Amino acid sequence: MDFSGLINDFGPLTVTGLAQGAIIALFALGYTLVYGVLRLINFAHSEVFLLGTYACLIVWGWFGLDQNSAPPSVGGMLLYMAVGLLAAILVSGLAALTVEVIAYRPLRRRNAPPLAFLITAIGASLFISELVGVATHRNQKGVPPIILAKPVVTIGDTTITNLQILIIVLALVMMFALDRFINGSRLGRGIRAVAQNPDSAALMGVNKSRVIALVFLLGGLMAGIAAVMYDLKIGVTRYDAGFLLGIDAFTAAVLGGIGNLRGALLGGLLLGVLQNYAAGLFGSQWLHAASFVLLVVILLFRPTGLLGESLGRARA
Amino acid sequence: MSETASSFRENGGVRGWLGRQPIWVRWLLILAGTVAAFLLPYAEHVPLIGPQIVTEGVDWSSALFEISYYVLLALGLNVVVGYAGLLDLGYVGFFAVGAYGTALLTSPDSILYEDTGWKWLMAVPVALALTMVAGVLLGWPTLRLRGDYLAIVTLGFAEIIRIVATSTTTLRGDRGFASIPHPPGSWGGEPIFGVTDAIPYFWLGLVIIILVILGVRNLDRSRVGRSWLAIREDEEAAEVMGVRTFKYKLWAFAIGAFIGGLGGVLFAGEQSFINSQTFVLQFSILVLAGVVMGGSGNMAGAILGGVLISYIPNRLRGLSVGDTDLYEYRFALFGLAIIVIMVLRPQGLIPSRRRAMELKDREKEVAPQ
Amino acid sequence: MSEPHQETPEELDRENARPVDRPAPTGGRTAEPPAETVRDEDVLLEVDHVTLRFGGVVALNDVSFSLRKGEIFGLIGPNGAGKTTCFNAMTGVYRPTEGGIRFQGESIVGKKKHEITRGGIARTFQNVRLFPEMTALENVMVGADAHHKTSVISALFRLPRFWREERSGRARSLELLRFVGIAHRAGDVSRNLSYGEQRRLEIARALATNPTLLCLDEPAAGFNPAEKVELLQLIRKIRDTGVTVLLIEHDMRLVMGVTDRIVVLEFGKKIAEGTPAQVRDNPAVIAAYLGVPTDAA
Repeated sequence: MDFSGLINDFGPLTVTGLAQGAIIALFALGYTLVYGVLRLINFAHSEVFLLGTYACLIVWGWFGLDQNSAPPSVGGMLLYMAVGLLAAILVSGLAALTVEVIAYRPLRRRNAPPLAFLITAIGASLFISELVGVATHRNQKGVPPIILAKPVVTIGDTTITNLQILIIVLALVMMFALDRFINGSRLGRGIRAVAQNPDSAALMGVNKSRVIALVFLLGGLMAGIAAVMYDLKIGVTRYDAGFLLGIDAFTAAVLGGIGNLRGALLGGLLLGVLQNYAAGLFGSQWLHAASFVLLVVILLFRPTGLLGESLGRARA
Repeated sequence: MSETASSFRENGGVRGWLGRQPIWVRWLLILAGTVAAFLLPYAEHVPLIGPQIVTEGVDWSSALFEISYYVLLALGLNVVVGYAGLLDLGYVGFFAVGAYGTALLTSPDSILYEDTGWKWLMAVPVALALTMVAGVLLGWPTLRLRGDYLAIVTLGFAEIIRIVATSTTTLRGDRGFASIPHPPGSWGGEPIFGVTDAIPYFWLGLVIIILVILGVRNLDRSRVGRSWLAIREDEEAAEVMGVRTFKYKLWAFAIGAFIGGLGGVLFAGEQSFINSQTFVLQFSILVLAGVVMGGSGNMAGAILGGVLISYIPNRLRGLSVGDTDLYEYRFALFGLAIIVIMVLRPQGLIPSRRRAMELKDREKEVAPQ
Repeated sequence: MSEPHQETPEELDRENARPVDRPAPTGGRTAEPPAETVRDEDVLLEVDHVTLRFGGVVALNDVSFSLRKGEIFGLIGPNGAGKTTCFNAMTGVYRPTEGGIRFQGESIVGKKKHEITRGGIARTFQNVRLFPEMTALENVMVGADAHHKTSVISALFRLPRFWREERSGRARSLELLRFVGIAHRAGDVSRNLSYGEQRRLEIARALATNPTLLCLDEPAAGFNPAEKVELLQLIRKIRDTGVTVLLIEHDMRLVMGVTDRIVVLEFGKKIAEGTPAQVRDNPAVIAAYLGVPTDAA
């Protein structure tokens, strides 16, 4: 254990953790939304994210960008960010919808037991990540330097980069928008109704299938944004990137209270920071082990998470 | 023609037919099947069919050995998932504990070598005890969790085992443990379990499989099996009827761990070398895919599933589409197979009669809508 | 035995008689010696000032009564009176907020469900909860297993204890199936049994745990009159084997016909206790039951 490392790098570890946590939080929204409505752990959500990390890389490739390109001008940066985000959002959203229609809907129609959903989800996850693995020969792919990380704020020993600020701000804005959407719009009301009571919502004229599709789509969109942020922050992606970060995101969702949107934000930020502290203490190879241990501890002592479960009740 | 086929189905298909035969016919069939299994290494000599069965890209007897430990794993996971209804996504963790336990006690690379340096056979009981302890340690805090949470936590358990194996100096990460001794015994001055010939290992695997089948069957047809089934069907009612649900779930975990550990010690004894690359998570999911495809809750189904997940990839090896070896696609194909089977035939290829009915009941519940 | 005639409450109008905040009546109890004078060794189960709250809702309010050995005891009340809550507290499903529950002199509060069962309290469920894919015989054997000592090891190696207990368990289960009258269905999967047979099977399964006290949660729900008569006979037959029976019922006529003593709950409070005759004449009970159809379940 390296306490001096943790204490010396406390500031940087916290900031890195917050940025990491913001990505995790956006990713976690997909788990939380689907769980809130269907009581289902959408195991394939990690691959929805994975496809997003590749989608923006491919589109950037069309512009002739690769990891060795020179950083673009400000105008170019804005353009590339816009198309990259658009591509990732589109691909992730579509992937999420496809998983719902192909892997889950037939089971739901047959009233299959809950574990059956989990098993197909695992199948879908394995299928997508392995296809990507084979297509990329299991090599990692570098990200072009769309935004160069430059320190913009310095507090004591801690510098905060423009990229970190962008990630955290973007995550907060998206969270706020999603929260407004679910609480303020007609469609959002439908989601809440189905989350609280699927049967009576159906009686009230809410189209359950459409609501479920919408929830998957929303989760996919958020995962797409998280995927672009991830690419920019980490600089590479690989066929198993979704799986590894997916476990973190799921842990974050459970930590905050799965099914609860604000819980996902809190859980994500908290987990990102704790993981980085653990990495400072024990070395970075233990980062994922730390989140698992945390997950087990939460499930044992507070299975409903910090802010409680349920999409409907949490905001009442 | 189609009429006889449909009436055959109505009478319970192959299994119904088997059930109506006198007991000696059944025993004879089982005996014939067992003998045929032991003769599998010589399958290539069978005219016409033989060459189609035998794997091209891999040594056939090695492929058979691989089948044997996959079948063991499928049988073990079937106890956990099929009988007790607990979804364990980290089953490979037990396989790893069994293999690493053996390696630590026997390999010259182990820090324990000075004190132990045991033969394979001496290490086996200790390694198996270790896996059972691991099963209980994992099950004790987690078996009270809801089913879907249990799945994620077990997944985490396997990942932690892998991370520990990769990152600690004691378990040597990629470098792994070499010179793990083979099982004992000699024949005409030559060791039975050598380096070149995998056939004896396959036979050893078969013997262990048969013992495991008998053991699990004994448990299934006792209060243990009744308790598992009761827990799966209605956990609260089971408890109210005096079933110690937690105890039996823990037993299912420990027994599953034990069988997984058996696979691990067998694997370590044959390979003589293990490192952290062996125990990837896809492995657990592959075994789960096998159990689900074959038909969970049914030993014949689990065995078929275990055979499929190990045989098909090896059969695909050397066959290529374009410039990619089909073997590369094995996990992707099994991922697809899981989805297709769960959507079209959720009870698996050889379903457990009870499981099939459970699913039908649930379908009926929604039918009137 | 014929059923005693009674003024059936269902003949009265439901609307004009929702009792509000009536003090607990004492009438009807003064005529008889109070229940508390029962000698200690006769008491099988004692519910002692039990209060049970869910959040702000008081489901049971300071309820006390005791069951004597060998009797058929009725726990009745209108819908939502707290009968099933009380029942669940007695079988370990809920833990009382206040008060104690003692079975054969020993507190059972906080005990696990399976411990309570093995201690001698067996129950059935209001909506039948069998193990649907097991045969009738296997269902009963699960109950018989409650007192078996076969370990996983002796099951694995087929040790003598396994054979002994498996054989005796099977014999006892078959005997119980015969006792409740469905021996001919022993080998059938329980989901294929008729509704009435399923209810009987549930009773056989509960009896297989060798209970001192058998709790039946609305066993006559969904039965036609002929089936109810048969059920009454079965309940008496069970009592005659020495098992104390606690009966939760909606159907007043059924309860009056078979029980030795009755406790009436309303809004989580005990409003009356006594013999069927005493309870029937108790004005509070009549008020509480006005218009409640006997077959509401």
